[in-house]
Amino acid sequence: MGVFATSPESRRRHRSQQVAFAVLLAMTVLLVLPVLAILGMLVWRGAPALSLEFLFTAPVRGMTAGGIWPAIVGTMWLVGVSLAISAPIGVLAAVYLNEYARDSWVTRVIHLAIVNLAGVPSIVHALFGVGAFVLFFRFGTSILSASLTLAIMTLPVIIASTKEALAAVPMTFREACWNVGASRWQTIWHVVLPNSIAGILTGIILQVSRAAGETAPILFTGAAVFVPFLPQSVNDQCMALSMHLFTISTQVQSVPQSITYGTALVLVLLVVLVNGVSIVIRSRIRRRRKW
Amino acid sequence: MDDPGDNTRLVGRSPARERLHRATELVIETVIRVCGVSAVIFVFGIFYFVFREAAPLLFGGLDLGQLLTSSAWYPDSSNPRYGAFALIAGTLSVTLLAMLIAVPLGLGAAVFVSEFCTGRTKEILKIVIELLAAIPSVVWGFIGLVILNPVIIDLFDTPVGLNILNGAILLALMSVPIMVSIGEDALKAVPDAYREAAEAMGATRWQVTWRVLLPAARNGLLAAVLLGVGRAVGETMAVLMATGHSVNVPDSPLDSVRTITATIAAELGETAQGSNHYRVLFVLGSLLFLITFLVNLTADLVIRGVKKR
Repeated sequence: MGVFATSPESRRRHRSQQVAFAVLLAMTVLLVLPVLAILGMLVWRGAPALSLEFLFTAPVRGMTAGGIWPAIVGTMWLVGVSLAISAPIGVLAAVYLNEYARDSWVTRVIHLAIVNLAGVPSIVHALFGVGAFVLFFRFGTSILSASLTLAIMTLPVIIASTKEALAAVPMTFREACWNVGASRWQTIWHVVLPNSIAGILTGIILQVSRAAGETAPILFTGAAVFVPFLPQSVNDQCMALSMHLFTISTQVQSVPQSITYGTALVLVLLVVLVNGVSIVIRSRIRRRRKW
Repeated sequence: MDDPGDNTRLVGRSPARERLHRATELVIETVIRVCGVSAVIFVFGIFYFVFREAAPLLFGGLDLGQLLTSSAWYPDSSNPRYGAFALIAGTLSVTLLAMLIAVPLGLGAAVFVSEFCTGRTKEILKIVIELLAAIPSVVWGFIGLVILNPVIIDLFDTPVGLNILNGAILLALMSVPIMVSIGEDALKAVPDAYREAAEAMGATRWQVTWRVLLPAARNGLLAAVLLGVGRAVGETMAVLMATGHSVNVPDSPLDSVRTITATIAAELGETAQGSNHYRVLFVLGSLLFLITFLVNLTADLVIRGVKKR
């Protein structure tokens, strides 16, 4: 080092390296810090509100007191139904793209459509949900309409991660299977899918976290500000955590701070926990992969 | 029958079962193909159904010139006027300021994570940035409302902290994750031979990055920025809650504005289905669809260009 570091030119270069490192580090810290600060703030102010009673009772007195149970149940309905719709479609779409389609203009168009589906603003998805499911198909404002909207919006998440999982299965596995006389679908069903199930699961989990947090797409398609009963079927309207947070922090006056922070904290914890599970599964797969 | 050369037991079976088998396979493959093109169907569906609700007004008396240039947005008055210029200006101003913050931070973080970090640090940073992406937009809006709002009032001595700056900070934090992940992909796609060649000639890590990697990954980084812009233009809940909700052509970052997305979200619930006010919101939705479609298409073409080389 000493020999090389003596010339002024070399020293200058090392200084620029150090400055660059410091600046880039600062930029990254500027991104990471707000996340930690925000999470800390939500925990600090929201945690006192968390109790079994808060989680498992309904809001009372015009939502200025009580808990968030109907919103939690509503979010579960929306996530569950949208998952039931988007998971099979998304996984099969990825199977098509990875196992059947050749690289042609068709796959090119499909790829472009997926990119756009992910890029269309959530409020445009909401307009689509209103125009298509609520009005045209006459599902009304219901869990079904909202879940269909959410399902289409989150489809790209499942397609992308499933496709990645399928692509990670070595070609030799498929060839071995074809060579004993199995058809394309038999190969997929008995070899490709079992070997990529963990990766597919990560995508599905990410879909859950995405769908649970969305607000705009469900605003006009099925979520309601307040519903005095728990939903009984997909034709009912429901409350949702995200929508509830929006309502109590902007539409209703004099909601105690503990309730708004508590609701925000529950939503964030839900999303972060779900994401955490998917991160853990993913790193397990990477470590355990035998090929 | 048990002759090892006879593999009918494996694949042949009886002709009837064989036919059933073929039929099942055909049905499954058809379903898979339909799912495969589902994304295309949905994108067309979105455009069709949004445009369908907008069309009667679009072709029946809406003054497009007024929509795009006037800032008189009085959709509910007895003499309704639909001038969306202030809304467009709101969207543009918030997006622009957000990008001024997000582009350096996002690309800087992408370079840092990709070139200056290894092992555990890299993993942890990527996870934190992923969590940044996971925070729901309504929570960001809530943060703007209760945390950033008082901070901005204190720092800039303004009466209201719900303004362009507030929304832009939130949008910047929201659009950074996609920039980092696409930007990192772009840097990763630069062959290691480039790095090795530059380092062998005595370049420092930073010189390698600045002189070799950034030029080589230029297109990918551009795509990362474009996708971030697309995110910011289309973001709804955060800007609805944090930008102050006043229809206004801004002349400072501390002005309150209202974006196109926020207007749709705030007003759709109050309109009668089929009314002109209702339809003009769908016109705005079609406009948003077109803008984000073009931005995403460009980003995709740019990425495609990278892959081809």
